[in-house]
Amino acid sequence: MTADATPALVEERKPAAGPRARRRSAYPRYLAGKVAGAAVSLLAVLVTSFFLFRLIPGDPVKTMTGGRQVSAEQLAAYREEFGLDLPLWRQFTDYCGKALTGDFGTSYQFRAPVVDKITEALPNTLLLTGTAFVLYTALGIFLGTRSAWRRGGLGDRINTGLALTLYSIPSFWLGLLLIIVLSVGIGPLPGMFPTGGMESGGKEGFAYVLDVAHHLVLPVVTLVAVEYGQTLLVTRSALLDEMGSDYLTTARAKGLRDDLVRRRHAVPNALLPTVTLIFINLGRTVAGVILVETVFSWPGLGGLFYQALSVPDLPLVQGLFFVFAAAVIVMNTLADLVYPLLDPRVAR
Amino acid sequence: MTTTTETGPGPGPRALARQRRRASVARFWRQYRTERAGLYGLTALALCALLALFAPLFVGSDVSSVTDAPGRPMQSPSAGFPLGTDQFGRDLLGLVIWGSRVSLLVGLLAAVLSVAIGTLIGVTAGHFKGWYATVMMRITDWFLVMPTLVLAIALATVMSRSLTTTVVAIGVTTWPTTARLVRAQTLAVETRPYIERAKALGGGHWHIMSRHVLPNVMPLVLAQTTLIISSAILAEATLAFLGLGDPTVVSWGGLLQDAREAGAVSAGDWWYLVPPGIAIAVVALAFTLCGRAVESVLNPRLGVSR
Repeated sequence: MTADATPALVEERKPAAGPRARRRSAYPRYLAGKVAGAAVSLLAVLVTSFFLFRLIPGDPVKTMTGGRQVSAEQLAAYREEFGLDLPLWRQFTDYCGKALTGDFGTSYQFRAPVVDKITEALPNTLLLTGTAFVLYTALGIFLGTRSAWRRGGLGDRINTGLALTLYSIPSFWLGLLLIIVLSVGIGPLPGMFPTGGMESGGKEGFAYVLDVAHHLVLPVVTLVAVEYGQTLLVTRSALLDEMGSDYLTTARAKGLRDDLVRRRHAVPNALLPTVTLIFINLGRTVAGVILVETVFSWPGLGGLFYQALSVPDLPLVQGLFFVFAAAVIVMNTLADLVYPLLDPRVAR
Repeated sequence: MTTTTETGPGPGPRALARQRRRASVARFWRQYRTERAGLYGLTALALCALLALFAPLFVGSDVSSVTDAPGRPMQSPSAGFPLGTDQFGRDLLGLVIWGSRVSLLVGLLAAVLSVAIGTLIGVTAGHFKGWYATVMMRITDWFLVMPTLVLAIALATVMSRSLTTTVVAIGVTTWPTTARLVRAQTLAVETRPYIERAKALGGGHWHIMSRHVLPNVMPLVLAQTTLIISSAILAEATLAFLGLGDPTVVSWGGLLQDAREAGAVSAGDWWYLVPPGIAIAVVALAFTLCGRAVESVLNPRLGVSR
């Protein structure tokens, strides 16, 4: 925003309508390109998810039966049931064909369609990540802005130091500690929060909502603690880049109050790069939730992934791998699509 | 930083080059010293490295033996066992010190592998234009959008449990950022006139990449390595915690998994969990601080703002 930040622009806060209208025509092409790119990436993920999990040494059927004595006929029957008797290329075309219609096969351990297990767990993950996402984004932007505005001060040093420290802490360790301190309780400290799960059972209506919220506290705190740092650092750095700009000097020279300059001029412009990060973070959180859900036995996609890994339940691992990767790709594409609407210079 | 090792008689071109290099290292160190956080990081790292290197002197290699453990199971910290004991009665202080060897080694190796792949792809994609660069950058972009942790977990799941697996799983999933950075730097270096001169004198691709581009990209690569080690150590701990590491060796992440499986969490045995986690956090933070300090010395504007 520095290049064409003339005093005229400062008055309007948004870039003038002229260039925006001219460039809008470039947007459909840009959009088509990004969507096509995302489609190719998704296909590539599908292909990878098939071949990656064929690398596995050993016989998936043996894994499935877990070393029990099984007759040759039964093994053959299992092979046929899961389509493992077909040649590799047939398995591949079958897999892709079915995946495109939303069928990811049958889970070895649950004997249920992978899609059913995923759709069952998805809302729980969305609840957890959604809550955490809103909180850590707000916290990161708020603290990042304050930090940049008083750069080098004590508050800034504490903020960045704390963010970097929390960023270096393994999320699962923080979760385990929170469980010990706040759920199990240490010394005189009583346990205040449930150790895991999403509900205590037997609750209805409003009591149920409260119960779920109670279970939600610790996993959300863990996710926010490990994720807000990056938003903070990026917001801070974007704002610092912005702060030398002439238009801010102009705004101050007009006699605007300091916090007005910050809120109305600097922050909106500095948030542009942060928007990209926010979307990318959203995709990353979906993947990062694996550990937090495992630690808190949250019945979401991450917890399911852990259960699938320990068997390993290949169709389920495969399906979840696809979902996690797709989430990131979709979020990145959304970031690409939203960005030029905020900053029209991008879509050229 | 480059490969010159011979000593020519008198101040030949090599001696001159060496002098220049020594001067630039000295200048780098002078600027690095002004970064307080970077010095804290470096000190912490030096201490950890010494502890890991000389661990065999004060911790026997039988520290991880389950059969002749010195203490009773799950003792809280005491004079005999400053950090308490685990479910087999093993000394946790010894285990944490011993675990530093694997955690640091895997972190270093994975970061080196990751940066090596990234540098190779970045330099070649920046040097050769045309279809090769296009294909390489497409692959890089694709790896970049993949969730690193999920891909590493998937790789570690399908391969057999060993340290090599962990190193490979982390190394082949974290290189794309390096490749992007190195390529950008390579493109910038390649526009400089002396590259033109080297080409005119008949310098081949290999000569230009290894003698002219690589030395100029090295500082960036160094900063990137320091930053990646930190995430590699976290990734190693994560994989070990998910039970995807080598079960026969002691590492910090593995200790945390042991603690969880032994029921330390529900029993409130905090002393089992706290030390390995702090060790991971301290080392990861130290590498991050060093990386940021190196970055801000090499690129002052970037360093301050990030």
